[in-house]
Order: sequence, then C-alpha cells, then structure tokens
Amino acid sequence: MGFSDLSQKLTIAMPKGRIFEEAVHFLQQAGLQVTAELQDSRKLVIPVENARLEFILAKPTDVPTYVEYGVADVGVVGKDVLLEEERDVYELLDLQIGYCRMMVAGMPDWKPTEAPRVATKYPKIASRYFREQGQQVEVIKLNGSVELAPMIGLADRIVDIVSTGRTLKENGLVELEHICEITTRLIANRASYRMKSEAVDDIASKFLEVIPRKA
Amino acid sequence: MAKPLGFEKPLGMRDILPDSLAKQRHLERALRECIERWGYEEISTPSLEYYDTVGAASATLTDRMFRLLDKQGHTVVLRPDMTAPIARVVSSLYKTVPLPLRLFYQANVFRAQEKEAGRNAEFFQTGIELIGDASVDADAEAIALAVFCLQAAGVETFRIAIGHVDFVDGLLEEWIEDEPVRNQFRQFLVERDFVGFRHLLSTLELEPEAKERLESLLRLRGGKSKIEEARALTKNGKARRAVETIASLWEALEAYGVTDDLLLDFNLIINLNYYTGVVFEGYAADLGSPLLGGGRYDHLLAQFGRPAHATGFAIKMDRLLMVTPAAESPPAVRVLLCYTEDRRTEALAEAQLLRADGLVVVTWLVNNPAEAQDIQGASYSKVICLTKQEE
Repeated sequence: MGFSDLSQKLTIAMPKGRIFEEAVHFLQQAGLQVTAELQDSRKLVIPVENARLEFILAKPTDVPTYVEYGVADVGVVGKDVLLEEERDVYELLDLQIGYCRMMVAGMPDWKPTEAPRVATKYPKIASRYFREQGQQVEVIKLNGSVELAPMIGLADRIVDIVSTGRTLKENGLVELEHICEITTRLIANRASYRMKSEAVDDIASKFLEVIPRKA
Repeated sequence: MAKPLGFEKPLGMRDILPDSLAKQRHLERALRECIERWGYEEISTPSLEYYDTVGAASATLTDRMFRLLDKQGHTVVLRPDMTAPIARVVSSLYKTVPLPLRLFYQANVFRAQEKEAGRNAEFFQTGIELIGDASVDADAEAIALAVFCLQAAGVETFRIAIGHVDFVDGLLEEWIEDEPVRNQFRQFLVERDFVGFRHLLSTLELEPEAKERLESLLRLRGGKSKIEEARALTKNGKARRAVETIASLWEALEAYGVTDDLLLDFNLIINLNYYTGVVFEGYAADLGSPLLGGGRYDHLLAQFGRPAHATGFAIKMDRLLMVTPAAESPPAVRVLLCYTEDRRTEALAEAQLLRADGLVVVTWLVNNPAEAQDIQGASYSKVICLTKQEE
C-alpha cells in the first residue's frame, strides 16, 4: 500500500454508441494506448497489457451503473445519461466532446392541450423539466425512434437530444424548448476515486490537457 | 401492489443463511474484541423510535425512513441509524453520568431504497460514539480505532479519507459573499459533481486568483504534504483553524502508526449540515462503495437537551463481509449419533457426555440398524450407531 503504488490497474467503461468514435479519438489524443481492438472488436472487455488499463465496452446507459458498482473505476459518458440515471458517482471532468442539446420538439403547428403526451427515452429528465415548468404532461417512455411518436399521433411532443437537428427536420419536427446542454463527462467510482487516487488523477490530468479550451 | 406471493418479503429485506451469518458473527466478535480494548461499552436501543425525536435528529433523509403509526397514532420510525438513539440515551437515562462516554453498538438499522429492488433496506452496523470530548485527540481516537477495526476484521487493502467541513466552508466564505451561492458549491461537493462546481465557478465574476484557489480545492487530496498546500491556499480564519486541526490530527495519527492507510481529502463532504468538524470515510480495494463513515457531530446532543461534543463512526457489516476472508476457525468435531428407541437412554446420555467434551453432537432416531446405514454421514466427522442389539 501507500501512495507511490503505480501498480494500480484502471478499468475504464466506454460507451458503445453515439459518442464512441469521438471518445476513442479523445483517448488517443490524451496519449492512452488505444488498440485497434477497441474500435473494431466484438469483445466486451479489452485489456491493454503494458498500460495497466482495461476497457469495458458498455451500452451508454449502463456506464454509470458499472461505475457506481465499481466494476469500472472510471467511465466516459454523456451528461444526458447521467441526468437520467442519477447514479452515485464522481463527475470529474467535462470533456467538451459529444456536444448536443436536450430539447423539447414537436410538430410546427403544435398547440398546448390540457395534459399533452410527451414521448422520450429520458422519462426522468422530461418529468423533472415539465414539473419545474409547472406543466402537466403524460410522459411515455420509448426506447428509440422517438421522432416517430408525434407523426403517428402517439404523443404531442418529444424530449430528446439534438445535435445537428437533421433528424428532426427530416421528420417534420421543430425545436420548441431548450432544456439543457449536453457534453461528455469523465466519471469515477466513489471508492476508486480514493483507493486508486493516483491512477484516477493521472488519467484526469491527461484528459485535462486535451480538453479544447473554450474560445 | 399485487398480493405478495407466499414466500415474498417486503422490499429490501433479506434472509441470512447459516454460512453467511456465521461469517458475520465471526467478524462481529473480532470487531467487538478490538473495540472493547479501547474501553467502549456496548449499548442497545429500541428498533422503533418516534419520528419527532430520533427521526428528526437523524442524519438520514426523511424519505428514506420507514415510517409507521403506533397504536396511539404517533408516527414512529424504524431506527435509520444508531447515533441519534444513543444521543437520546446520553441525554436522558445517562443524563447524570459524567462525560466523556465511550459507547459501541452492533445493531441493525433501516433505510428504504428507491432504486433496484434487490438493494437491502436493513443493514447491520458496528459503530462507536465518543461523547463529550472536543479535542482533536478524540477525532484521532475514532479514526485510529476505525483503522484497527478494519485490520482486526482482516481487510487487506483499505484507505480512510479525511476531511474537515470548516475548510470547505471557510474557503467559500473567503471568496464568496452570497450564502445561497456558497450552498450551491457545497451541494455540488455533496453530489460529487465537480463539473457543476467548475461550471458555477466560471459563471461568477471573481478575480482569477479566487477562481484558481477555489478550483484547486478539487485537487487537494493526498498525503501529509497536502496540509502545507491547504495552509497556503487560504487566509480565512475558519479554514486555517481547520487546517491546524488536521495537522494536529495527523500528528496524533502518526503516533498511532496508522497514517499509511489514510488519505487527506479537503473536498470531502459527507452529509450537509450534520457533521461539524473532522469527517472521514473508509474504502476497501475491489469494493465500489464506502464501508465505513463517521466524523464529528457537535450539534446533535443539544437537540436532546444535553449539549456535548461528539464523534464516532459506523462500519457497514454487509460491505465488510464482501472484502474479508472466510473465518479460519478450526471446524468443530461434528458427531452423528444414530439410535433406536430401545437404546434411547444410553444414546442421549452418551450425547451429553460428548457435548460436555466440546463436541458437536446431532442425535437421530432410526427404526432399525439398516436405516442407520443409509444416512449420509459425509458432513460429520464421526458416526456412532447405538442401534437395536442383534438377537
């Protein structure tokens, strides 16, 4: 034991999804040994022998869960997932990649009704937002293709992340209300943050050097 | 909710089977022996307490308490921790007993869970309270005892992180006048949201020096050298006093010889508005969540009418069980004694003799000698048959 322990192996949970490519590129810029395996493997656990690292490739929504339970020491995940999952983890850094916006969207001719239905992959974020706005809504949880809901009459509006806005436009939807900005975060397990403080600090400082400075 | 299935238990309640319970009891004995050697006496308090007394004073949030109504219509709670009940005892039954008091407990506490159904809502804890001692040596005693408890339990690799609530408060007061804003910063630390902390900092109109100093709070953790860094970081009286307390604490902990397992962490905030001084939290390798927590709580006793300084900690037994090796006590000699009815007197007397010798004896009535042959004796070290004599 002791603080000079450099043998601490760090397990990093990576989100296999929207921000994966950008996140891998970020790791490379930070000087982490990212093997080709990480990008095109079907394996779910990928050790990096010399670097005392191990990657877990996870569904994005599961990244905070792995980190909370400590099977991964740190994780890379979008703020949208963190807001929805409400896991007990350290949110160490805003990597300022994977930028998008959490929006309320709907048909251009949408008119408020008494208890409008809102379809979303983010029921907690949506419920919290509308409660804060004092609006009564019925939130419907969907697992994908949320844009479909207003078109086929399942819901009046949707809550979803929007990056370029192209998907919305293609489906005839417009952005109605802005909920918050979303970027990718580095999170850490509560115990790992202390038990492996040197390794966690090391990776955080490497990341910090890469984070693009806001103009 | 649908009617429970016949074998179902309320959410978060767990059965503990003999093997696990044996290990838990073994650990409890090890901790008890360790704690008693420091002069702590065991105390037990009721499972149910009034919501208005212990419930209100507890550090646990109301929505995580099990609340019920008693026959008189009072709201009662299943005790969410042992600290508040002990404070109640010290202020009532022990009112005239001079301080300091050293008390410990091994008890179950209850906290309702919201997330996944399988998470337990009843926890076993071993903890200590040192009441009536304001000195830094009392803080050191609590932390050192926590270290020795983890060692006694056989935890191989662990660390205890130590902080002080006044350091964070003082540093914030030094640079930020607006109390609601200070509370926002505190809230970010409690939620472990450093991104939110930095973001809030970036939105404020502060001198670059102030921003830099507040931001460096997030990195102020490590060994003894951090004390000097913390001292250099602030001119605020409150924060400075906290640093001096930590410095003196570290000296005392060096005397105990436990500093190898400690980590200073000046941004550690455990529970907003409950702890009043030194706080600490213990972690073990390969365990995702803390296995012990504690600190100084100088305001609690006053709520029960006997103002007193106090510190203490609680170890979570379920988590300790996950990181400790199986008990190495030598397996007891287990004897299976089969007998037929005609030799009962002789058999039961023999069983008593063997038990008096310290053996474990299980008696088994059989109808005939053949039946005794069929019994699977594998889990016994010895099988004795006192069956019907052949005629």
